Amino acid sequence: MIGQKLLFSGLRTSASRWINRLNEGETFLTHVSFKKVTGIRIQFKIDSKYVLGNFYCINGRGQASFSSCSPKVCIVGSGPAGFYTAHHVIKARQDAEVDIYERLPVPFGLVRFGVAPDHPEVKNVINTFTQTAKHSRCNFYGNINVGKDVSVEELQQAYHAVVLSYGAEDNRKMGIPGEDLAGVYSAKDFVGWYNGLPSCQKLNPDLSCDTAVILGQGNVALDVARILLSPINILKKTDITQPALEALEKSQVRRVLIVGRRGPIQIACTIKELREMAKLPGTRPEMLAADFDGITEALKNVPRPRKRLTELLLKTALEVPNEEEQERRSKASRVWAFQFFRSPVEVLAIKYTGVKSNLKQLEFFHVSASVLTGELEDVPCGLIISSIGYKSTLIDPSVPFDSHKAIVPNINGRVQQVAGLYCSGWLKTGPTGVIATTMNNSFDTAKSLLDDMASGTVDLSASKAGFHSITGLLEKRGVKPVLFSDWEKIDSVETSKGEAIGKPREKILTVQEMLQVVHK
Amino acid sequence: MALVAALRRLSHASLGFYSWRAAAATPTFGAWITGQRSFTVGSQPLRSDKVTVHFINRDGDKITVKGSPGESLLDVVINEDLDIDGFGACEGTLACSTCHLIFEDDVFKKLGRITDEEMDMLDLAYGLTDTSRLGCQVCLSKSLDGLVAKVPESVADARQSQDG
Ligand SMILES: Cc1cc2nc3c(=O)[nH]c(=O)nc-3n(C[C@H](O)[C@H](O)[C@H](O)COP(=O)(O)OP(=O)(O)OC[C@H]3O[C@@H](n4cnc5c(N)ncnc54)[C@H](O)[C@@H]3O)c2cc1C
Ligand SMILES: NC(=O)c1ccc[n+]([C@@H]2O[C@H](COP(=O)([O-])OP(=O)(O)OC[C@H]3O[C@@H](n4cnc5c(N)ncnc54)[C@H](OP(=O)(O)O)[C@@H]3O)[C@@H](O)[C@H]2O)c1
Ligand code: FES
Repeated sequence: MIGQKLLFSGLRTSASRWINRLNEGETFLTHVSFKKVTGIRIQFKIDSKYVLGNFYCINGRGQASFSSCSPKVCIVGSGPAGFYTAHHVIKARQDAEVDIYERLPVPFGLVRFGVAPDHPEVKNVINTFTQTAKHSRCNFYGNINVGKDVSVEELQQAYHAVVLSYGAEDNRKMGIPGEDLAGVYSAKDFVGWYNGLPSCQKLNPDLSCDTAVILGQGNVALDVARILLSPINILKKTDITQPALEALEKSQVRRVLIVGRRGPIQIACTIKELREMAKLPGTRPEMLAADFDGITEALKNVPRPRKRLTELLLKTALEVPNEEEQERRSKASRVWAFQFFRSPVEVLAIKYTGVKSNLKQLEFFHVSASVLTGELEDVPCGLIISSIGYKSTLIDPSVPFDSHKAIVPNINGRVQQVAGLYCSGWLKTGPTGVIATTMNNSFDTAKSLLDDMASGTVDLSASKAGFHSITGLLEKRGVKPVLFSDWEKIDSVETSKGEAIGKPREKILTVQEMLQVVHK
Repeated sequence: MALVAALRRLSHASLGFYSWRAAAATPTFGAWITGQRSFTVGSQPLRSDKVTVHFINRDGDKITVKGSPGESLLDVVINEDLDIDGFGACEGTLACSTCHLIFEDDVFKKLGRITDEEMDMLDLAYGLTDTSRLGCQVCLSKSLDGLVAKVPESVADARQSQDG
């Protein structure tokens, strides 16, 4: 197979040889070692039914406990989960007031900082969120870092209920030696970089190599691959940041390998994104035929979505293309490939004299059939992006947190052992699911909260001051909240900056500059 | 385009159902990828041509409204300001599957061809059935008069995998 030759020619070697040369200074080569496994399927679905028995203490006053005072609900995080939860509560209870607290001066979470710039349609959902934010019973308070500027306990005192919807801001680690070496980035940081997340603006990824390896085969991996491979004149018309655009314009990356530890039938990306890759202008696929052995037969009994996805994968990888597609592929200057059954073992920086300093290398364990032989495969590469998932963190020690699953333990959004505390979105389920999934799980949490208000589990008998009692604390701590109308100022500066250069938006890249616009 | 026309007609911003104020200006930067956008194409119909549509909402409530031939079911939901939570998040651009509707067998057969792109998004929909379609891709015609479109219930466990 062409791809194999291309990728592996003359580069087979053992891991130890490279390890021995570590830390010798001079010119470095980076490579990752992979265990090559065949026929192994690992199930990772997190068990949702995290049942730990009953923990709700129904208030002494029982059903009669709720009174006429208006429920004040605080939501932490303004991503899809925050907004969909707010929407559901406001709509269902005409007396409820909802305040959304956000760490950044700008709202919408991953819709702004995650969703790929070349997917503007997905961001239409911002119109929906904007309507919620502008509702008379909803307030947005940005630039408030919950856990630092105000504690969850303080919020619980000020509100009848608190919903944690702060998403998943960290990334999973591969847990292999060398993953922190220069030239290895997490997809979370890389995505944050091209999407203008203030904390990622110093990333400055080195794109001067020929081959990039992306570890993981989910939709985030494909987003990253598309950004690395897309013709610049396409990206130019998106809201990708200008520094990222300039770096990508100079990028030397010509080949992107998207590497997974399981097989084609278990691939994590979805079909729309795969179809996009297959049609990506200026690129052609180049896969290893051996990875697809036996797949056609295995497909017989799988459900329709998985079947269609795998069939498209097979078609893209193996089918002889029609004339038009052949011509398209022959003109392509960039190459992408999925590689399967390869589990990363090690990233190594190796001294490599006589070669351009940016040339780096990848290595695989090589396994025949389903037996682990420990053999290694090497691929030279200069950029490694680990896209194996996001991860929620604990923002306040008073909140129960399951550090193994990296979620707040909950039943239908009710945080275990803490009455009046809820969670929704990725913090509730773990970092999987599209916006529609997040929407459903947020409605579900809102429903639990509404039920608890109706039953008196959430005590509404005493009135709560809400933001009024928080604002004093913030002032004392020197924190200036950003309102939704302030965000609209930022929004209008960004859109007019974008308009001037033919982009839908040019994002402001630092919190400081955002605040300058607000306080002007 | 019917959707765009619908948007222009729309001036209110009730929270019960979101209106699509900005969609008329939505650029289609993604078009280079799918090579097609899926707004509905229709003509301004005569009043008498109205098509009756029954929606069964998540709570089982039946909502009966009228739409015009050429309009999509998403257009109808917007025009009639129907209270279906979260419906049409991507505003008819085939990027969300929140407009998922379930039809009766015989109606489903009359709905016309499903494009690969619709099928791709449909495959991600909650509670997918053999007679599921995306509301933003289904256009009304006189022959569909009286159709029943069921909004699927949202599933309590959000971690529905691709394999259902
Ligand atoms: C790279 C990427 C691309 C994606 N693309 C798509 C796509 O094209 N289509 C699709 O349907 N889905 C997409 N998704 C999935 C989608 O983004 C998620 O389903 C959704 O954003 C999860 O919502 P959330 O509100 O739980 O988290 P988030 O969107 O992450 O929102 C969390 C919010 O909480 C805030 N926050 C964090 N900490 C604090 C704190 N201490 N105090 C106050 N606020 C805080 C954050 O700043 C953020 O605004 C993508 C995801 C990623 C990672
Ligand atoms: N366009 C879109 O709609 C869009 C865009 C971006 C993101 N999203 C959504 O956002 C969610 C998150 O996306 P994601 O790509 O971050 O996550 P994901 O879909 O869960 O994919 C994670 C990938 O990392 C692999 N992986 C995990 N741990 C690993 C390890 N230790 N070693 C090697 N590989 C490992 C997984 O392989 P295994 O399968 O073997 O575990 C999988 O290929 C998804 O639900 C996605 O659909 C949607
Ligand atoms: S409205 Fe998003 S797919 Fe139909």
